[in-house]
Amino acid sequence: MHYESPIRQPLITGDKTYKQITEDVARPIEGKANRTWWILFGLSLVMFLWGIGSLAYTVGEGIGTWGLNRTVGWAWDITNFVWWVGIGHAGTLISAILLLFRQKWRMSINRSAEAMTIFAVFQAGLFPVFHMGRVWLAYFVLPIPNTFGSLWVNFNSPLLWDVFAISTYLSISLVFWYMGLIPDFAMIRDRAIKPMTKKVYSILSFGWGGKAKHWQRFEEISLVLAGLATPLVLSVHTIVSMDFATSVIPGWHTTIFPPYFVAGAIFSGFAMVQTLLIIMRKVVNLENYITIEHIEMMNIVIMLTGSIVGIAYITELFIAWYSGVEYEQYAFLNRATGPYWWAYWSMMTCNVISPQLMWFKKLRTSIVFTFILSIIVNIGMWFERFVIIVTSLHRDYLPSSWTMFSPTFVDIGIFIGTIGFFFVLFLLYSRTFPVIAQAELKTILKSSGSQYKGGKHE
Amino acid sequence: MSNKVIYGLYDDDDILLKGVKELRAAGVRIREVYTPFPVHGLDKAMGLKDTRIAIAAFMYGLLGLSFAGLMMYFMMVVDWPQNIGGKPSFTFYENLPAFVPIMFECTVLFAGHLMVITFLARNGMYPGREAMNPDPRTTDHLFMVELPSGDNRDEVISILEKTGAVEINEKELTDEH
Repeated sequence: MHYESPIRQPLITGDKTYKQITEDVARPIEGKANRTWWILFGLSLVMFLWGIGSLAYTVGEGIGTWGLNRTVGWAWDITNFVWWVGIGHAGTLISAILLLFRQKWRMSINRSAEAMTIFAVFQAGLFPVFHMGRVWLAYFVLPIPNTFGSLWVNFNSPLLWDVFAISTYLSISLVFWYMGLIPDFAMIRDRAIKPMTKKVYSILSFGWGGKAKHWQRFEEISLVLAGLATPLVLSVHTIVSMDFATSVIPGWHTTIFPPYFVAGAIFSGFAMVQTLLIIMRKVVNLENYITIEHIEMMNIVIMLTGSIVGIAYITELFIAWYSGVEYEQYAFLNRATGPYWWAYWSMMTCNVISPQLMWFKKLRTSIVFTFILSIIVNIGMWFERFVIIVTSLHRDYLPSSWTMFSPTFVDIGIFIGTIGFFFVLFLLYSRTFPVIAQAELKTILKSSGSQYKGGKHE
Repeated sequence: MSNKVIYGLYDDDDILLKGVKELRAAGVRIREVYTPFPVHGLDKAMGLKDTRIAIAAFMYGLLGLSFAGLMMYFMMVVDWPQNIGGKPSFTFYENLPAFVPIMFECTVLFAGHLMVITFLARNGMYPGREAMNPDPRTTDHLFMVELPSGDNRDEVISILEKTGAVEINEKELTDEH
């Protein structure tokens, strides 16, 4: 009943019991924050405030404060949007697709990965909204009759599909995450000593008591939500890619975009999960739950999706040449050898060459190496979006319109601000939420816990 | 029906499962089992029926699909048809490819949210509801069976003891549980 092949590495080390799992997960919430946490939090908060300032300036003055011009109408804002949405893909991938594939190693990391997803999608949503210029009219994207007549939104436009895709993704991810959190909030509630803590977690846990029928329904809805979220997560970045692919700009108008964007999203999402979890497992002492085995598994996903992205880059080049369309050919030649060659080659180095190092077992099981690589991958993926967006636009059809893009301090401020906001949310989460899905993890203790493996028991 | 109950606590899921099976074999009605995590096979051992929530989710999905289709048909074709980029909106059929993404998104949106609302409603869960588990340790590491206490009280207790319960409590229920 609790059998698992002895070849598999244990997923929970340190000979834990059910009680110890509870205590290890509850400790960061019940204890006090250490200095590292406060330093990181302070730093993130400053970045966040800087971002708020930049956004306020943008709203007050208009988007003329950004570095955009008549030729390059989309630059950092949409680059950052796609980058954040991409990062927001790993969470649902881990919790939904790996649930359907019955991958048990997802259990210690899915909670944090989903939290990261939700926080990343928040950041992503800010960019298109503020790019509208008049933010207070953002409700125009909703399918409601225009106040000044009865004109509806255009459902033929991929930009509107995006509104639906991103908002559905955010709300479904939030619900999926929250449903999983309920039993764990109940655990914190039942342990709480301070009346205030008890009150708060009592509200959050919806009265959960772990009745047999409730668990049966709980498992069913988790499975159905996973089944719904799997095509959803693939559809979201597909639709994001259609913002570009359905246009007629050389360099954007390609059919490879949907799968290529989805692979890239998973690639960057996993890299961000690595960045966060490598720090978190250390800070809140979860090395027994987020083991080298977990890190290696994620590195393998990074290697695989990185290779898919690499193939996509090369296919794009080939198809540009093979199509015989000189505009396409120029767009790609210009990317590699034009004024933005440095962005293109940064992207190639970070995304195509660096993940191949993961073929070496020594490297993919090294925490320091993984951490550095995860940051390199995220830099590379940012450059990918920048290259796609800016290099395709900056050479317009008329050479007289050719231009370059350079960001202003407002562009940079908003981007830094979203990074700050993201870390503020994640740090607050790591202190107040059960960061490991402990109820779920307890189900695999007897099959994957170190003391039950290797025939030591039974 | 007596409203006295016996609580038997176990500290292991496998022992609990064995206990539940023996209690059932002895003809004891199991009122409830509280566990810290989903114990696989417990619903079968208790004789619970399969949940139908997935069927409900399917229905909700169909509802979302039709809603999205009808909404876009009304807005784009019936109410204010426009000629966008030389592609006029005359029929639902011709516009369908452009409608696919949002029809899919709405299917997921409706199925997911309405299913979760159904889940909460059926379980009687809402923010701030009092904890449903009588013993706080059942969200940590203990597994508790709730049994009616009647004429067979001694028999029930002996089965609990025999199957390895670590603690047995009796309680008079005051309110509807």
